[in-house]
Amino acid sequence: MIENIRLAFQGIWSHKMRSFLTMLGIIIGIASIIAIVSTIQGTNNALKEQLVGSGNNTVNVSLTQGGEDYQIYDSSSIPSGIPVISEDTRQRILALDNVEKVTSYNIRFVSEGVYYRDQSLSEFNIYGIDMDYFDTVSYSLKTGREFLQEDFDEYRRVIIVDQTASDNLFQGANPLGRTVEINNQPFTVVGVVYKSSTYEPNIENVDDYLTNASGSNGIFFMPKKTWPIVFQYDEPENVVVKATSTEEMTKAGQKTATILNETITNKNSSVTYSAEDLLGIVKKQQDLANASNMQLIWIAGISLLVGGIGVMNIMLVSVTERTNEIGLKKAIGARKSAILWQFLTEAAVLTSLGGILGVGSGIAMSQVIHRFTGILVGINWPAAIIAVLFSMGIGIVFGLLPSMQASNLDPIEALRRE
Amino acid sequence: MVLKLDHIDKDYITPKLIVPVLHDVTLHVEEGEYVAIMGPSGSGKSTLMNIIGCLDRPTKGTYELNGENVLNKNDRDMAAIRLNNLGFVFQNFQLLSRQSALDNVALPLVYAGVRKRERIKRAKAALTRVGLQDRMSFTPAQLSGGQKQRVAIARAMVNNPRLLLADEPTGALDSRSSTALMQLFEELNQEGVTIVMITHAPEIASYAKRVCNIFDGVLTERTDSDRTRIEAAGGKGL
Ligand SMILES: Nc1ncnc2c1ncn2[C@@H]1O[C@H](COP(=O)(O)OP(=O)(O)OP(=O)(O)O)[C@@H](O)[C@H]1O
Ligand SMILES: [Mg+2]
Repeated sequence: MIENIRLAFQGIWSHKMRSFLTMLGIIIGIASIIAIVSTIQGTNNALKEQLVGSGNNTVNVSLTQGGEDYQIYDSSSIPSGIPVISEDTRQRILALDNVEKVTSYNIRFVSEGVYYRDQSLSEFNIYGIDMDYFDTVSYSLKTGREFLQEDFDEYRRVIIVDQTASDNLFQGANPLGRTVEINNQPFTVVGVVYKSSTYEPNIENVDDYLTNASGSNGIFFMPKKTWPIVFQYDEPENVVVKATSTEEMTKAGQKTATILNETITNKNSSVTYSAEDLLGIVKKQQDLANASNMQLIWIAGISLLVGGIGVMNIMLVSVTERTNEIGLKKAIGARKSAILWQFLTEAAVLTSLGGILGVGSGIAMSQVIHRFTGILVGINWPAAIIAVLFSMGIGIVFGLLPSMQASNLDPIEALRRE
Repeated sequence: MVLKLDHIDKDYITPKLIVPVLHDVTLHVEEGEYVAIMGPSGSGKSTLMNIIGCLDRPTKGTYELNGENVLNKNDRDMAAIRLNNLGFVFQNFQLLSRQSALDNVALPLVYAGVRKRERIKRAKAALTRVGLQDRMSFTPAQLSGGQKQRVAIARAMVNNPRLLLADEPTGALDSRSSTALMQLFEELNQEGVTIVMITHAPEIASYAKRVCNIFDGVLTERTDSDRTRIEAAGGKGL
């Protein structure tokens, strides 16, 4: 066997150009499959990371209308019949066995009335949050401080901004101590927070999704108790729950939404609570990516088939060329099976080599794709190993006919030929 | 008795016609004999050799090798006989051009399942035996005709067969190399190897202790009077 492999390499090496051209079909086929699989893997990794990393198992349960997030711009867009979340409701949610933490918050999408110096700000979100919010949603402090109990008790006009808002507004200058005016009330910036489990989204849809959820220019957080001072009304709130595990996210969100919807007094309200289904979104995206890539894999498979036929063709030529060698070996006592194995090994080594080169160029190709399109790629090692084994299989399948032809050669005929 | 061929007929069956080649050939060879078979081209020498070498089967007749009937054996067993009991030397050497002399000689041992270390040891010994100890790593292209045929003999002898079959071993050699080769054959024969050799050339046949003539597929034992006649004619022609 080892002798056969040595012979195979010797044969391949002595016909470098021919061997390479023979392998080319396999190389191209395997390379394209690996490149495709790498992008699938990259997409899946990114989506998974997105799910596990960014959310920290938290689910937004927010007001929606017709499937879209319902955004409150001003007092006239406050929906009626949706009460402020009571302590009782909060406890009911917390009692759910797949919920670990719960926090509720006010949210407004700012269109006017917010100023920094004499600049009018738009496209910012303002959140009115309680003490649990940052912890639940996994925000960490970058500079300054978090809210203190006194901020709530004394209705202090302080805000914490997120990293995005800080970057957009203060452009690198120290944000602490600056004043932002919201509805004629001056607020002092006391801290900057960032999402501790950050993730740079690369996939367009998820990107859109995140932008939609967090506000494009950034977020101002103020103590919830200060909210009525600025906006005059008690407003319906959104909820974030932290599920006990990633798998429980969908269920936790749905149950929370049900509880919240039960509290809505206006039974005809078109605005209701619903939970975002991150798991579902990710799954749908993965399925979509996989489905479209499966078709590409079939196409690449055809190139493998063509490559296999090429191998068969060259092997047939090689058998004819080496009639003397085969005849001699049989004459000095090589069994049929020994000849069969020699040629099968040669075909398998040739295509495995093609497979390995294919995996290599496939990985290189996916890096190039990543460089030029930004699509995330990840090396899928099981797929790479399967690809090499598969190409070996191609060699065996397509090498079978030529190998049988070789092993069936009549040694007398073979030796007579000069 | 090493070889015992009795009443062998061989017809080649082609799609168009049946070509009768050997007729009622009977050849008995004792252990340690050195037999030359002479005959004109197309007389059936190689055909007979292929039957002796277990590469082909006769149409009729019986063949015993070392007391065993080989004709009722299957292809696999025939291959085993070729591997273990016979050594072949061909007119055109039949060496693998991409492999070194050593690898060529070791080839039968690969099929005999001998381990690599042992293979190399025995191949080296065989090459040394034919005087090529300083040419082991040469490829056939780097060897002279005579040296190539020595490599072929080393290969034929590496598995220690008792019978050496040579089909025109000197056919591609000049007279000096031929003489050297015949000396080697003589030595091997003295060591106890039975040799059956085919040749055109009477001066080559004269090295053998026994000569058979084959003409149109009929084998006849050459008598001493024939031999004298040929030697008188200066060893030329038949
Ligand atoms: N496979 C075959 N089919 C048909 N006829 C064949 C076949 N092999 C050999 N022959 C015929 O058998 C006859 C004997 O051939 P063979 O090769 O035995 O001759 P030879 O004595 O070895 O001749 P040479 O000295 O030229 O090698 C020839 O007439 C040849 O045409
Ligand atoms: Mg012949």
